[in-house]
Amino acid sequence: MAKVRLAGISKIYPDGTSAVSDLHLDISEGEFLVLVGPSGCGKTTALRMVAGLEEISSGTLTIGERVVNRVPARDRDVAMVFQSYALYPHLSVRDNIAFGLQLRKVAKSEIRRRVEGAAGTLGLTDHLDRRPRNLSGGQRQRVAMGRAIVRSPQAFLMDEPLSNLDAKLRVQMRAEISRIQRDLGVTTIYVTHDQVEAMTLGDRVAVMKKGVLQQVAPPQELYERPTNIFVAGFIGSPSMNLLQGRLESDGAGARLALGEQALTVPASLLAERPALRDYLGRDVAVGIRPEDMEDADLVEASEGTVLTSTTDLVEALGSELLLHFRLNVSPVVTEDTKELARDAGADQIDTESRYSDLIARCSPRSGATSGQPLRVRVDTGRLYFFDPLSGAGIWGESAPALQHKEGSHV
Amino acid sequence: MTTPHGEYEGAPRRTAVSRVVGFLGSSIVQVLLVCIGLFWLMPTLGLFVTSLRSPQDNAASGWWTTLQEPAQLTLENYASLLDNPSFVASFFNTILITVPSTLIIVAIASLAAYAFAWLEFPGRDWLFLLVVGLLVVPLQVALIPIAQIYGGAGIYGSILGVVLFHVGFGLPFAIFLLRNFFAAIPRDLLEAARMDGGKEHTIFRRVILPLGGPAIASLTIFQFLWVWNDLLVALVFADAQAQPMTVALQSEMRQFGANLDVISAGAFLSMVVPLVVFFAFQRYFVQGVMAGSVK
Ligand SMILES: Nc1ncnc2c1ncn2[C@@H]1O[C@H](COP(=O)(O)OP(=O)(O)OP(=O)(O)O)[C@@H](O)[C@H]1O
Ligand SMILES: [Mg+2]
Repeated sequence: MAKVRLAGISKIYPDGTSAVSDLHLDISEGEFLVLVGPSGCGKTTALRMVAGLEEISSGTLTIGERVVNRVPARDRDVAMVFQSYALYPHLSVRDNIAFGLQLRKVAKSEIRRRVEGAAGTLGLTDHLDRRPRNLSGGQRQRVAMGRAIVRSPQAFLMDEPLSNLDAKLRVQMRAEISRIQRDLGVTTIYVTHDQVEAMTLGDRVAVMKKGVLQQVAPPQELYERPTNIFVAGFIGSPSMNLLQGRLESDGAGARLALGEQALTVPASLLAERPALRDYLGRDVAVGIRPEDMEDADLVEASEGTVLTSTTDLVEALGSELLLHFRLNVSPVVTEDTKELARDAGADQIDTESRYSDLIARCSPRSGATSGQPLRVRVDTGRLYFFDPLSGAGIWGESAPALQHKEGSHV
Repeated sequence: MTTPHGEYEGAPRRTAVSRVVGFLGSSIVQVLLVCIGLFWLMPTLGLFVTSLRSPQDNAASGWWTTLQEPAQLTLENYASLLDNPSFVASFFNTILITVPSTLIIVAIASLAAYAFAWLEFPGRDWLFLLVVGLLVVPLQVALIPIAQIYGGAGIYGSILGVVLFHVGFGLPFAIFLLRNFFAAIPRDLLEAARMDGGKEHTIFRRVILPLGGPAIASLTIFQFLWVWNDLLVALVFADAQAQPMTVALQSEMRQFGANLDVISAGAFLSMVVPLVVFFAFQRYFVQGVMAGSVK
């Protein structure tokens, strides 16, 4: 295993498409780094450049201590798990797994030992003599993993390895990949556009948008302190509600006007994020996570924490309810939110709209029914604020108080 | 068909009449197909039977009379054919021409096809277009210029000359066929092999060749048949020592009549070998070789 370092890596395809721009990533030994982002943001391209399957247009790629920009894929000593698995159809499972070792002229007995070890780890021992076409999807996926792990490479590269599996199997394999990676301690770069995979697997997660790296951070930090609207909206499911609001000074704290309603921003929050003071009396983009809202009838809701509306739709998920409702507040329209809408498969955001649709994640004990008035309590200490034009998160210098408080989450 | 019997009978529009009509329809088609097949085989059968009758019988009556008089059948024609040294020599010439041409074409074409499909080099697509363009050049226009070149090189009339000509004119189609087949092999598979540490020649030998099996088998059969049955090229380029069976048989044709006994037995022999080759390779036409590979 080795550290992998991408310094200013860019890729411009021959047709002029700029797929990755100036990507800086430092992946330490044994780290599990997940690359996420919407479709077409350049994740696969970045991974293929590390693999040596795609030429690097500019920048420096280092694996271990070696600059490998010009080293062919076969000599980089990294293993890749393909989304399609790419198993050799004419070879048995055993030979599929052993192929890389055979090409490297490893001794027969050693190959046998390692293949059987890998097959044991992956539960493939009974299938070693079968052909890929006689395996289930999950077993094929394991063979693809086996092919990577027998080689004990410097790094694993995985491009959406689970996306062809059904939901249940995906959860199981996700846990397995996590376990194997931890056991072997091999540096791993994992591409996905499933943010649950990203959050559960990654030691750190790198979010990309249109070829540009937005933020790299441990999953919880990404969730707690997104650097901009794009990361905030991309991480979390259901995604963060984003509204156009206005901050007004109100004693030690502040008042956040959302259309004709208002929330009180606690003074402690202003203290934690000093940069917010600059936005008093100005428009801001506000983010409220669905899980930071609750049916006000179930909890004690103090003055200035409640939004009222009418329930449009109730989605019962058993353990929780998703309440959809509408507020008379303009949605946030920036490059980021447009990109998020595109990723979610929605139509273009209506820039003239004076309404926003929100989702709250409530306790199943809530009696909300569609068409009935709704009161939602907002955890105002956990509001997110962004610059309405640039979309950058408003955090200010990280105050000691904040570090202390958030330490418990990490 | 898969529904339970009761439901099947109860289906409103499947009346007894319509089922009878359906059955008749499908069996009529089958009978028709068998008839056409037999009709198609008639000349071959005629040739075979003729080759088993004496020249006198063949001169006296048609081959179908054998049905009434099976006693006519004899292996004499074959025996005398195999006793004829010039025919036996032509048989070996055919093999000496066909086998090397086929092997050389398949070898060169599969390497070239891999390069055209999967290696990056400047001018690759233009070069491939050129190869495809060569497909339309009729062989006849090259006969005289090549004969002149061969004359200069001193290989006119030799087996080598015939082989080279076949290789030259067989390659464009062979490359075209194999390139398209190789290009359909999923890219991921080759990339996986590259990541596994494969150099190009290893990938070619251990991934492309096994997966290209069906296409290579078809190409081998086609190429073998074409060269085996060729008359024109051999007629122009092969001298008496190098002449293959097709030329030898053709020389038995006379302006008035023909040595039917020699021709029928020889022609039948010349058919048997390609059939053997065909059946030897047909097991490689397995469907779905790629199953289980990607996805
Ligand atoms: N060979 C190529 N030639 C030109 N453009 C390409 C090529 N491959 C990818 N692209 C473009 O580069 C951009 C990034 O593609 P990439 O495949 O890296 O995206 P991705 O993040 O992996 O997306 P997905 O989640 O859909 O797999 C896309 O706009 C794509 O159209
Ligand atoms: Mg991709």
